[in-house]
Amino acid sequence: MRRAVIIFTAVLGFVLMSLGLGATSALAAGESLQGTLANAGQPVAGVKINVSDESGTSAGTATSAADGKWSVAVKGPGTYKVDLDTTTLPQGVTVTNGRPSLTLTVFEGNARNVLFPLGSAAAPGSKPAESEAPSQFDRVLDLIYTGIHFGLVIALAALGLSLIFGTMGLTNFAHGELITFGALGCFLLNVKLGLPLWLAAVLAVVLGAGFGWFQDRIFWGWLRNRRTGLIGMMIISIGLALMLRYIYLYFFGGDTRQYAEYVAQPGIDVGPLAIAPKNLVMDAVAIVVLIAVSLALTKTRLGKATRAVSTNPALAAASGISVDAIIRLVWTIGGALAALSGVMLALFQGVNYQMGFQVLLLVFAAVTLGGLGTAFGALVGSLVVGLATQLSTLWIPTELKNVGALVVLIVIILFRPQGILGRRERIG
Amino acid sequence: MNWELIFGVSLESLFNATMIAYALAAIGLNVHFGYTGLLNFGQSAFLGVAAYGLAMAVATFGAPFWLGLVIGLLGAVVLALLLGIPTLRLRADYLAIVTIAAAEIIRLLFRSVTLSEWTGGSDGLQRFSDDFYAMNPYSSTLDLGIVSWDNRELWVMTVGWILIAVSLVVVFLAMRSPWGRVIKAIREDEDAVRSLGKNVVSYKMQSLILGGVLGSLGGFVIALSNAAVQPDTYGTEFTFYAYTIVILGGAARVFGPVIGSMIFWFLLAFINALLPELIKNGYIPTWFMTPTQAGAVGYVLVGLGLILLLVFRPQGIFGDKKEVMLDGR
Repeated sequence: MRRAVIIFTAVLGFVLMSLGLGATSALAAGESLQGTLANAGQPVAGVKINVSDESGTSAGTATSAADGKWSVAVKGPGTYKVDLDTTTLPQGVTVTNGRPSLTLTVFEGNARNVLFPLGSAAAPGSKPAESEAPSQFDRVLDLIYTGIHFGLVIALAALGLSLIFGTMGLTNFAHGELITFGALGCFLLNVKLGLPLWLAAVLAVVLGAGFGWFQDRIFWGWLRNRRTGLIGMMIISIGLALMLRYIYLYFFGGDTRQYAEYVAQPGIDVGPLAIAPKNLVMDAVAIVVLIAVSLALTKTRLGKATRAVSTNPALAAASGISVDAIIRLVWTIGGALAALSGVMLALFQGVNYQMGFQVLLLVFAAVTLGGLGTAFGALVGSLVVGLATQLSTLWIPTELKNVGALVVLIVIILFRPQGILGRRERIG
Repeated sequence: MNWELIFGVSLESLFNATMIAYALAAIGLNVHFGYTGLLNFGQSAFLGVAAYGLAMAVATFGAPFWLGLVIGLLGAVVLALLLGIPTLRLRADYLAIVTIAAAEIIRLLFRSVTLSEWTGGSDGLQRFSDDFYAMNPYSSTLDLGIVSWDNRELWVMTVGWILIAVSLVVVFLAMRSPWGRVIKAIREDEDAVRSLGKNVVSYKMQSLILGGVLGSLGGFVIALSNAAVQPDTYGTEFTFYAYTIVILGGAARVFGPVIGSMIFWFLLAFINALLPELIKNGYIPTWFMTPTQAGAVGYVLVGLGLILLLVFRPQGIFGDKKEVMLDGR
């Protein structure tokens, strides 16, 4: 049968530590069992967990905290039975695999993660309170909306990535860290300094723009002047991404945390869908920003200059455009857009030091799908990726939805390598 | 300060299984990136496919050990064909994005609950290495003062170093053959080679397969030394470290990846052992760095090292600057 419904990470602390995945847990002293309880992306607090050893004597209890985390320190390596007290779960929430009691082995020095998959008792969807299961049509509509919403969020990041690729030729693997930067900045201002979320978000975007400008001012601009090759710069961006990601880990820690406001918000009925107002606000902001940037690219002198640099930097320079200034502007805008994307992403999945890295591949997929370096292609590509991730869950399990998007990427490259909106040019 | 521990751990990582696995991955990557100029960002997938091929064949389907090895190697060849067919005709950055996407697809499939009946989900698989350890000729621990390896580690290391030696001979012979000259010419100027009537795509594909198979040997070493496979071992960071190792040692140099891997793991193990000791003995105040944070510092330094290498010495320790493909696209 499906024996591996038990999910945990960290089997061999050594391997994980050597790969940096378990850098935090593997260094913790002593053995423990730990986990995070979440239902539909939201932490579940106040759930009691009992741990007993092989002889049946209790080895400790824990109650999940506000962030859904629980942890029980145990005496030493051995086999332990972990029971989740189902009566302490919130109403309507159950352990979806029907196994609230697990028997696990803890290795020496191992902080073993235990996962209880939680879900709504009736139907794992957005409307747990409703008695009737949502119809297939409603589900498709819901997925289409979620897909467009997610597509808009990654479109912000993809647009910046595409502009940077277009003007400077750099495949920027450190773009994900610009996304994380926005989310972390917003978290800092909102939670640590207590600013209202909207103000924190605006300031985080400004900080993101500054970060983009700063990166180009002190780093990428310097590399361009040194005439560093494009593939060299691409690998440098991987190094930069690695460095920034672990600097974030150093200061922020490995946990996923939530903003102080708007974490859980009940949906309002929009036609057949129940959508949280925060999502509608995010959609509106994203659409306005995307339209504004698109108009700026097509109508203003600077936008035209940007497109000229994208098409042919040498010719643009010859006609009096300052290529360096344009690239710096693009980095500033790219930083701001990525930060905005990060702020929005964190609103529905929480702030984590590697959130940008995790979404980066989908952003790459979006940019490549639309056609590398074409700004509007990035928008179309993002929507395709958003819809592909969500709608693919109709046929494949939700956990594999990113696989769906990446497969779409490979298939499109196979048949239309220049991307959806890319110009037919020689790329081989 | 427990210097014996710090140096013991660092010296062990000069020769241990992790270093061997990364060296093999880097030898394969060196064939791709160093000699052919292919930007393969999915090297971890080759190791993953080989390791899971072995583990699934033995643990899930009960095949004999040697058949598992054959299946793992075949898996790497098939993966190279699957990756190469759509991308080898395209520009380098497309190959980079498709390979990294494919590696992620494979990792997600390995850890998915749906396939866990065969792959063990995020638990991974165990109990496939008994036949390997049954062949172990060592019976006691080798203790050299500050470093020591038990008999299982010794056996994995012996096999691993033999694999490294064989791989290096293969790479050395391949690259000084006519085939190797075509491969290096493709790195320098693909169009020129094409105009001489060579089938560039076919040569690139052969290089992708050769490098993938060499890398997949590293997958076996990791799987056997842990006696387990676990999907997150084969994430994209694995590939990025392998790149750092190739560039550190010197791209397009036969011994580069091995030396690179030894230096990389020695330094990383040294930092990861030194910092917690410094904190424990009060040389680093805890308001500045906790033992948990010390884990992140090593990786920050890896990133910084990669940047500095490429900016100031892209040819690495042994490489020749003219032979490093960093300009084209």
